[in-house]
Amino acid sequence: MLKTFSLGGVHPAENKFSAGQKIEILPVPEQVSVPIAQHIGAPSEPIVKKGDEVKVGQLIAKSTGFVSANIHSPVSGKVFKIDNVLDASGYKKQAIIIKTEGDEWDESIDRSEELVKEITASPEEIVKKVGEAGIVGLGGATFPAHVKLSVPPGKTCDVLILNGVECEPYLTADHQLMMEKGDEIMVGTQILMKALKVEKAIIGIENNKPDAIKHMTDLASNYAGITIQALKVQYPQGGEKQLIDACIGRQIPSGKLPIEVGAVVQNVGTTLAVYEAIQKNKPLFERVVTVTGKSVSKPSNFMARVGTPLNQLIDAAGGLPEDTGKVIGGGPMMGKALSSTDVPITKGSSGILIMPNEIAKRAKVEPCIRCSKCVTVCPMGLSPYLLSTVSDKGIWDRAEEEKIMDCIECGSCSFTCPASRPLLDYIRLGKGNVGRIMRSRTK
Amino acid sequence: MSVVLITIISLGVLGALAAIILYFVAQKFKVFEDPRIDQVEEALPAANCGGCGFPGCRAFAEAMVKSDDISDLNCPVGGAETMSAAAAILGKEVSAAAPMVAVVRCNGTCENRPRVTEYDGATSCTIASSLYGGDTGCSNGCLGLGECVDACDFNAMYMDEETGLPVIKEDNCVSCGACVDACPKNIIELRKKGPKSRRIFVSCVNTDKGAPAKKACSAACIACKKCQKICPFDAITVENNLAYIDYDKCKLCRKCVAECPTNAIHMVNFPPPKPKVEKPVEEKAE
Repeated sequence: MLKTFSLGGVHPAENKFSAGQKIEILPVPEQVSVPIAQHIGAPSEPIVKKGDEVKVGQLIAKSTGFVSANIHSPVSGKVFKIDNVLDASGYKKQAIIIKTEGDEWDESIDRSEELVKEITASPEEIVKKVGEAGIVGLGGATFPAHVKLSVPPGKTCDVLILNGVECEPYLTADHQLMMEKGDEIMVGTQILMKALKVEKAIIGIENNKPDAIKHMTDLASNYAGITIQALKVQYPQGGEKQLIDACIGRQIPSGKLPIEVGAVVQNVGTTLAVYEAIQKNKPLFERVVTVTGKSVSKPSNFMARVGTPLNQLIDAAGGLPEDTGKVIGGGPMMGKALSSTDVPITKGSSGILIMPNEIAKRAKVEPCIRCSKCVTVCPMGLSPYLLSTVSDKGIWDRAEEEKIMDCIECGSCSFTCPASRPLLDYIRLGKGNVGRIMRSRTK
Repeated sequence: MSVVLITIISLGVLGALAAIILYFVAQKFKVFEDPRIDQVEEALPAANCGGCGFPGCRAFAEAMVKSDDISDLNCPVGGAETMSAAAAILGKEVSAAAPMVAVVRCNGTCENRPRVTEYDGATSCTIASSLYGGDTGCSNGCLGLGECVDACDFNAMYMDEETGLPVIKEDNCVSCGACVDACPKNIIELRKKGPKSRRIFVSCVNTDKGAPAKKACSAACIACKKCQKICPFDAITVENNLAYIDYDKCKLCRKCVAECPTNAIHMVNFPPPKPKVEKPVEEKAE
């Protein structure tokens, strides 16, 4: 019996159409638009101005706080302008637009493919370097990675858990990375272990990727302290709290972070970025993006520079199918529908999912029949039907009592609801308001 | 028989005892409440809408009784009449606040503002605006899901099916501000009702530059500043690519209305144009 997390969860159709597709390096776009807010936390501050020449990997926007991240130029060329451009949600956000000229990399970046196993950096240097390289959680949440590596005083970490779960249906970016960059991920894991001063690392991989489990297990035998944990396929296993529960059976108390139980979780993509930053001096300016969908002619995994227009990725995957009803940034469960494809990819873009018309629309909303399916599937043990109702009615104190802030927004409740109620939409609304109230109280 | 008697006597004695105890307890814990609070509350509309900024009519009555200076208190629902009646009970004076009315500052009808995407999520403006900019090219405009209408306690709003925009029923609007708070896009504003309910306002909140604004909506303010230039009373300011008319300075001359190239400046309740126009106007900008 394979391990999984103990509470709730769903198993949506996997539809991993792009599985096994080699990571294809996307040509450098003619122009990139790099948003200054690509991560959780404070937006970065641009340090280049119109007309400046930049090289690949050059710092172009500086982090403005502890929870913030540096942004580096993904291309070489001239800064065309710094302006507000439409982002994926249809709001204007500030972005640095660079016109590409050639592909000249910063000299300090080691572009060789050679695996550098020896870790010379000290733990402090690693954390500092990870911060400087602008690395954020590449699973999609984009939480600055150096923050997680800085264990707060009084807390200890005894295990590092790597997320190779990729529980979102359709997406295959992490899967493919493990297959092609397994060694780099292993060294990256050791770098993270050194930074956290832990002896043990577990890489959790879901059972629907047997090739990755085998490949990684083979590699792990060459590296001390790293074990691979095969997991039963269950969404949302990629959630930090669920993954810790699944791998080591520890439950995080309500409102606390994983460090409370001595664990730190990083995504495998993030781990590769850490390897490249420490061993190759390469900051984060490109990532693997899955472009997929039922009617996409060539579902693919691309290595694309941040700021590449979405359209270019879609074209490279065979173009937008005629029956397209919806384009989603991310996976089908947690991703967001995009209001335009004329937007850039960011550090958090794990996938582009193109849904055909017949499955793109939400079903008609019916009254709640109190079947309690949402309660059964909620991995956090909440009552989504209740939370959505109190959020709709604006009863914030009740929402707080019912632990609305514990919701990880995985969407299992909305997915399973037989009345197609937009449960998560209302819970997000409630979370926003309750969070604001709680913060104002502590001020 | 004796059972009945004993029952009556014992219950009677119990009752009398309880009454005596309750009497003394009531005396001991008596809370003095100014009787004028009740009187003032009587005089208020009892709508409990919160338009005055207090949790309800009773809290407002308490505030009126307790504060020496009531000039900054106002019941928008009752208006001047109610306020003077309530003030009379207290022997205080109020200056009549100018009556206000809610205006919807968006004219992005289906015709003016073509839809570019389709929204099928929860029917709530707040949720929709947290997810995306809107189903048109304008990320400032009305989402048309009617949260303001739901917030209105006075039956003063409805959604116009044809335009997809909310409409204020002027006669019912008490300017409580519930719709203003409900709108996540800050489209609704309370403005002075104006003489004979005539008023002029910029019916747009788009802060994009001229070209994208115009592309998204043919009735958008394009911040051309023509209105600002023509206004004889300096009532119009153009900030952040959007014109705004200061209703205290506006003399309703209507020059700006004619000047606006996109008809983003609206005038309400004016008679059809006559050859002679009395007063100066505000405008709008490009």
